[in-house]
Amino acid sequence: MAKEIKLMKGNEAIAEGAIRCGCDGYFGYPITPQSEILEYLTAENPYPKTGMVVLQAESETASINMVYGGAALGKRVMTTSSSPGISLMQEGLSYIAGAELPALVVNVVRGGPGLGTIQPSQADYFQTVKGGGHGDYRLITLAPASVQEMYDFVELGFDLAFKYRNPVMLLSDGVIGQVMEKVEVGEYKPRWTNEYIAKTYPWALVGKPESRGHNIITSLQLDPVVQEKVNHKLQAKYKVCEENEVRYETFQTEDAEILLVAYGSSARICQKVVQLGREAGIKVGLLRPITLWPFPKKPLLELSKQVKSILTVEMSAGQMIEDVKLAVECKVPVQHYGRFGGMIPTPTEIFEVLKTL
Amino acid sequence: MTEEIIIAGFGGQGVLSMGKILAYSGAMQNKEVSWMPSYGPEMRGGTSNVTVIISDERINSPTLNQFDTAIILNQQSMDKFENSVKPGGLLIYDPNGISAHPTRKDISIYQVAGTDKALEIGNARLSNMIMLGGFLKIKPIINPEFLRKGLEKSLPERHHKLIPDNEKAVEVGKEILVPIHVL
Repeated sequence: MAKEIKLMKGNEAIAEGAIRCGCDGYFGYPITPQSEILEYLTAENPYPKTGMVVLQAESETASINMVYGGAALGKRVMTTSSSPGISLMQEGLSYIAGAELPALVVNVVRGGPGLGTIQPSQADYFQTVKGGGHGDYRLITLAPASVQEMYDFVELGFDLAFKYRNPVMLLSDGVIGQVMEKVEVGEYKPRWTNEYIAKTYPWALVGKPESRGHNIITSLQLDPVVQEKVNHKLQAKYKVCEENEVRYETFQTEDAEILLVAYGSSARICQKVVQLGREAGIKVGLLRPITLWPFPKKPLLELSKQVKSILTVEMSAGQMIEDVKLAVECKVPVQHYGRFGGMIPTPTEIFEVLKTL
Repeated sequence: MTEEIIIAGFGGQGVLSMGKILAYSGAMQNKEVSWMPSYGPEMRGGTSNVTVIISDERINSPTLNQFDTAIILNQQSMDKFENSVKPGGLLIYDPNGISAHPTRKDISIYQVAGTDKALEIGNARLSNMIMLGGFLKIKPIINPEFLRKGLEKSLPERHHKLIPDNEKAVEVGKEILVPIHVL
């Protein structure tokens, strides 16, 4: 069958990816710069075709709790929002992580803090990979850098969420949400049947058969002995995830003396910087983390033995740089260049910084 | 081949749709494309711009500050983007409403009187396609057959009856192109 290519916005690709991968439910509340996701889903109206529920909830808090409910049934459910809306969802995310439920959350980040600006930003890194909600939990975090990845990572996100019974965050930003690029879309996959869910995910609340007791989904354990066991189980799971799910990409690092580290749209801009640098005879390469948690510590440590300095580029005051420094154990100097509050760094200004290294 | 283009003007002048038609046409012609709009609280009468990249290779940054070509439709955009054209690059502008004309000597500059010509034809909304025609005359990176496919893809079906008028407007743009300073 011929490949089907579409030209679409990153936000639209999220919606199309959800419909085609067999998502069961979307619950969301509009906010710029990701409103096209809900708009597209509403216009496409997948319910008559696939049975996928699309619902505009009354708030972000309601959205994440609808996701909590749907996830408890073993359904593939998701929500999307942008920074201020994601802040409102933190309690729900902590509950979902604590209850060990799979769910997909997309954050198309805008500038903050506060209500901030509707322009692109990457200042929600700390919130995403260092907690956000309360308690010792982790979000598996994917950082798409193209519209194709916005599409692909919806299904990948669901796969990881169910593999680890853990919420997955797709951390995007206003650039990748708004840009239009070509996307190769896949076939329509059917939604899972209740029989399949009952057989494959025995924890799911699918109705109690005679053969077993009640399934209980909860994040509440009043006995601290039990709660500590829950935490040990979570930590063991995160360790497996760190061993198996690190994803990253490198550009021209083979002979690099200077290493750029950037994710998402900043990584796209840095590819241009690598091009400018190479044209000027500077041996520069780029490492792009695709998973922000688990973070690609090992490849960074390896590259730190080869390069003389590292520059992180983020649309923030410098957040991921902390993980880079930890990864390379401060064996080489690590500097940060960033624009924030909705400003996007230009390839030229990063190139100027590169020349001073 | 990589062509990095900024199209800028007032909201309502068809800036984003001109970019979209260009991007769709490029995609139909099997090129890599990227279309990155400014998406601030823009409205009719405010400024609006879009970065379009068409390439034979994988596109790196979708946001840029230097361009091979600038297509400029108002004074504010001229002030903002004249200096963003790469040396040796191309600037095409609609002289309607321009008081401070471009002065650079290291780029090629052309005028296309898109607004006036569109009013003469009797459809002001065709001005963006006239501008696009001017651009395609100098840089024929899109074949006419793929431009038609791009129009079909980017216009909603109820507007497909307008495609011949749009194609004619592109041809008009190619004819009324005025060189101001050519390298």
